[in-house]
Amino acid sequence: MSATYLGMPGFPPPSHPAFPSFPQAAREAVRDETLRGNLRHATHTIRAKRAGAVAELADWAALREAGKQIKDHTLRHLDRYLEQVEEAVTAAGGTVHWAVDAQEANRIVAGLVRATGETEVVKVKSMATQEIGLNEALEAEGIRAYETDLAELIVQLGKDRPSHILVPAIHRNRGEIRDIFRSQMSAWGRPAPEGLTDAPAELAEAARLHLREKFLRARVGVSGANFVVAETGTLVVVESEGNGRMCLTLPETLISVVGIEKVVPTWRDLEVFLQTLPRSSTAERMNPYTSMWTGTADEDGPSTFHLVLLDNGRTDTLADEVGRQALRCIRCSACLNVCPVYERVGGHAYGSVYPGPIGAILSPQLRGTASEIDASLPYASSLCGACYEVCPVAIDIPEVLVHLRERVVQGGPVTRGGNRVVLQPAKGHAAERAAMRVARWALTHPGVLRGGQRLASRTRRFHPRSLPGPGRAWTGTRDLPAVPAEPFRDWWQRTHGDGEGSE
Amino acid sequence: MRVALFLTCVNDTLYPDTGRAVVKLLTRLGVEVDFPMAQTCCGQAHYNTGYRHEAEPMARHFSDVFRGYEAIVTPSGSCAAMVRELYPRLGARARAEGRGNTLERMLAPVVPKTYELTEFLVDVLGVTDVGAYYPHRVTYHPTCHGLRSLGLGDRPRRLLRAVKGLELVELPGAEECCGFGGTFAVKNSDVSAAMGVDKVRNAESTGAQVLCAGDNSCLMHIGGTMTRLGTGMRPVHIARILASTEEEPAV
Ligand code: SF4
Repeated sequence: MSATYLGMPGFPPPSHPAFPSFPQAAREAVRDETLRGNLRHATHTIRAKRAGAVAELADWAALREAGKQIKDHTLRHLDRYLEQVEEAVTAAGGTVHWAVDAQEANRIVAGLVRATGETEVVKVKSMATQEIGLNEALEAEGIRAYETDLAELIVQLGKDRPSHILVPAIHRNRGEIRDIFRSQMSAWGRPAPEGLTDAPAELAEAARLHLREKFLRARVGVSGANFVVAETGTLVVVESEGNGRMCLTLPETLISVVGIEKVVPTWRDLEVFLQTLPRSSTAERMNPYTSMWTGTADEDGPSTFHLVLLDNGRTDTLADEVGRQALRCIRCSACLNVCPVYERVGGHAYGSVYPGPIGAILSPQLRGTASEIDASLPYASSLCGACYEVCPVAIDIPEVLVHLRERVVQGGPVTRGGNRVVLQPAKGHAAERAAMRVARWALTHPGVLRGGQRLASRTRRFHPRSLPGPGRAWTGTRDLPAVPAEPFRDWWQRTHGDGEGSE
Repeated sequence: MRVALFLTCVNDTLYPDTGRAVVKLLTRLGVEVDFPMAQTCCGQAHYNTGYRHEAEPMARHFSDVFRGYEAIVTPSGSCAAMVRELYPRLGARARAEGRGNTLERMLAPVVPKTYELTEFLVDVLGVTDVGAYYPHRVTYHPTCHGLRSLGLGDRPRRLLRAVKGLELVELPGAEECCGFGGTFAVKNSDVSAAMGVDKVRNAESTGAQVLCAGDNSCLMHIGGTMTRLGTGMRPVHIARILASTEEEPAV
């Protein structure tokens, strides 16, 4: 994937020609040896660490179940909890805005920044603002957004796109990062120190110096949130670097864009997630920085606080009985790290800010299955189940994948933009659909199956080991098995007679 | 005990050796095995590719054929998982679509009685030493649905360790998917192939002659990759190893 985007890292709409279908994008990515090396190293390291951190807790299974239930309960009563959030935030001196989609959210945020008279903002790492392409929207309004998370900074400076939820620059190695710092930092602010090497401490120091002047200058901060506690209207950001805390406390105005599914009812509920999230994402027992704020406070932190509650397809997703479990996601990225497909293709092939298994079930729900990339995402999995096994809120990702495959090939009722619509089956699958129907017919008629088997056995001397056309998808890299002289059922009948059931 | 062998459509057509091995093994252990001739396919490929409604008649047919038996044994982790994990889901979805509980009731009897082969041996028959002999160096790949959907755990390894002459060597990255994944192997063939190559390289690094697993579909993918890469290893289904004896050794 060498598509270059000017300006801030972000995502054009899924219909953009830069987003080929998943198999097409994956084909290129799989061949990129550097990328595969970077990913293998990074995912295997964090995988092992996570397993260790989780194994330390004797009550992990109970925590996982509790997390699942808290989220399910909240989603069931989301309307009520969201109103509670609005009331509590307002009472604490904040202002709440409702955004039905990305456009509306961007318009609100741009308006709020413009009202302050500022032309730059510092940003806390946030998935929601990436999902709506906030940086580009602000850029169009003449406002510069500076990413302050180290990995986001690398992505932004490299005019790149994030490829991982937690470690957006996971596809880069140290040498590449040094080159990006050396060549790009000066265009954005303080240049990289002379003679910068690829030693991690030096790279971190270069980023620190570069970002420090931004923190001290910025008067507007933009964030997301990991959780919103309904009972008090408190927002929570969990992070490792402390850069988020700088953005949340130093500016005069703070604007937080938060997906409506981030609500938890009470502080007590945080007890569960503040244990499961760090262990699942960074394999830490506790994350180094947990920032919490409730509206505004005199003489402490921002004096103006805006909360933008974002829908952008979430209510539609909530309407689907099987698919709604994707909204339980706490964005830990454990499912990415264990995924054998993600490990080999990286995040860009998923064509969304949400890569890996969670992206494969979230993007086609938030955006619908109309585009080529979204219709191909449910198939971007071997259904091995490793993601479900590690997910701290027990999202049965394989179940949702299969459900979405059904939506693609069979169509059926879905909710889009709040309206119930009936999807038509995807066109590209007509031949497959016909083949599946024939196979079903043969496989419910044992006599037909047997006829086919015998024919295959009799003609086996003529079977090629490689196939032309679509069959090459198999034989391009693997040999076909030889067809045996007789199927099992013929052997059984010869040696055991007719057996129980009849044809 | 009236035990039915559900061989699966893939094994019936392409791997009759595996079926003969299961019959030989269970007969040796004193089990009376029947092969109902009306059996076809569990419907997994249809279900997993998104054709749930096409899978339903196949599930109903499965229940018609096997309902009367006390146990249904299958040498495939993923087909066993289809019946045990996904048949109840088929029923529940039909109910959610307002089609009542007919399908659910129809499929319910076969769900708890369907066993993957190694499960049946260890849990139902209570044996780990099946009296097998197989003088080869073997590494074992736990296939995903056996591992994660059925929770087979160390049952297959316990059975293999008890085989006379067999040297079991650990497979690095054993729990990683081999990349088969049904239609995934064709729809995302590049990724599937890359996963297969990594699996084969890991297997080679053990110095084993044989890679053993409990699913011939995965073995077809792994074996096809092995021959294409020109490795000296061969894929062998666990049933064939457990059926092998000094008098009648399998290769
Ligand atoms: S789906 Fe589960 S494992 Fe994946 S990011 Fe979300 S919470 Fe984490």
